Amino acid sequence: MSEEQIKNLETQFEARIARDEKIEPKDWMPEKYRKTHIRQMSQHAHSEIVGMLPEGNWITRAPSLRRKVALLAKVQDEAGHGLYLYSACETLGVSREELYEQLHSGKAKYSSIFNYPTVTWADMGAVGWLVDGAAIINQVPLCNTSYGPYARAMVRVCKEESFHQRQGYEIMIKLANGTPEQKELAQDALNRWWWPSLMMLGPTDAESIHTEQSMKWKLKRKSNDDLRQQFIDQTVPQAELIGLTIPDADLKWNEERQSYDFGEINWDEFWQVVKGHGPCNKERMKARVGAWEEGEWVRDAAMAYAEKKRNRKEKLAI
Amino acid sequence: MSDKKNWPLWEVFVRSKNGLEHRHCGSLHAADEDMALENARDVYTRRSEGVSIWVVESKNITASNPENNGEMFEPAHDKVYRHPTFYDLPDEVKHM
Ligand SMILES: [Fe+2]
Ligand SMILES: [Fe+2]
Repeated sequence: MSEEQIKNLETQFEARIARDEKIEPKDWMPEKYRKTHIRQMSQHAHSEIVGMLPEGNWITRAPSLRRKVALLAKVQDEAGHGLYLYSACETLGVSREELYEQLHSGKAKYSSIFNYPTVTWADMGAVGWLVDGAAIINQVPLCNTSYGPYARAMVRVCKEESFHQRQGYEIMIKLANGTPEQKELAQDALNRWWWPSLMMLGPTDAESIHTEQSMKWKLKRKSNDDLRQQFIDQTVPQAELIGLTIPDADLKWNEERQSYDFGEINWDEFWQVVKGHGPCNKERMKARVGAWEEGEWVRDAAMAYAEKKRNRKEKLAI
Repeated sequence: MSDKKNWPLWEVFVRSKNGLEHRHCGSLHAADEDMALENARDVYTRRSEGVSIWVVESKNITASNPENNGEMFEPAHDKVYRHPTFYDLPDEVKHM
């Protein structure tokens, strides 16, 4: 194809997206669109998968059967989200093995928030309430993104997320209304998860690189700063309602903006964690790669068994 | 890793309730059709989204190519006589 022809196709392609048409797997697309989508969707899938680790940590120690079945169901949902997203990603011609390889070799990123430890039961409350809360804010606009398989996966994901946040908040309510020690646990978890949750919505607009192109392709509909403000405005009253204090001395209602002003975010910490120096980066990758490698014999055995069954069926047919 | 060792890809179709058609809802990897069905149940019907599941190995699907959409679908565009509104009837005619 000549350069001119490609330019032409690109113009038509952009116009389709501007008209709110969806792009489907076999449609012509610019190479950059394909690459950007593989990157964002796989990063998203990896986050769902690695995100199971901090919560999986508490399943066997949940304080009651009710909490245990809920947490188990939530973690199972996150596995499902990872699978929806990997399969959407594979429609762009990349294999599951390549995607895993990118995660395991550290070439691909996942959300930094999962590199923080879950040290008490209250962290299950804070993670569901804040981390899933921030994830919902990030994900809802993606239900209308331009790439069909991604948009459809996000619709399923968003439907399932709201239970995650509610089960987390319910844990916080119970602890906040419990003994002084329990309330202290809840406050401590909020103190530790608040700032990383704000960082989860991404670098400030001034520092964010891909935004303009992503806006055009509807991979992003609102800026990181707008999403963060939305998260803060909706979460502060939820903390107040259960008598917990947001750990930010500068947090103040701004009558004129009808929004909360908030303190400085420690972006050095954010970049440190992104670069691999967070409290649990190594531990998370070790657990993930370990699970993959130790599971290899199971995958091989399943393939061998499938082949044996197939051979037996063929023999019977003769 | 050789290709042979990897679990193949399957497309999953779910009927949400009797009376409705099976609908494509995504894909997954599994060693064989039995495992594909079980995985499909766990991945796509955790909240009773289905009463029946079809799985088909992705490589067995033949798909039309959107680049040929012209010759594939355009012949239907100028056949307006396939639609009821093409026919002129007097206003007095009822129930037609
Ligand atoms: Fe999720
Ligand atoms: Fe979630």
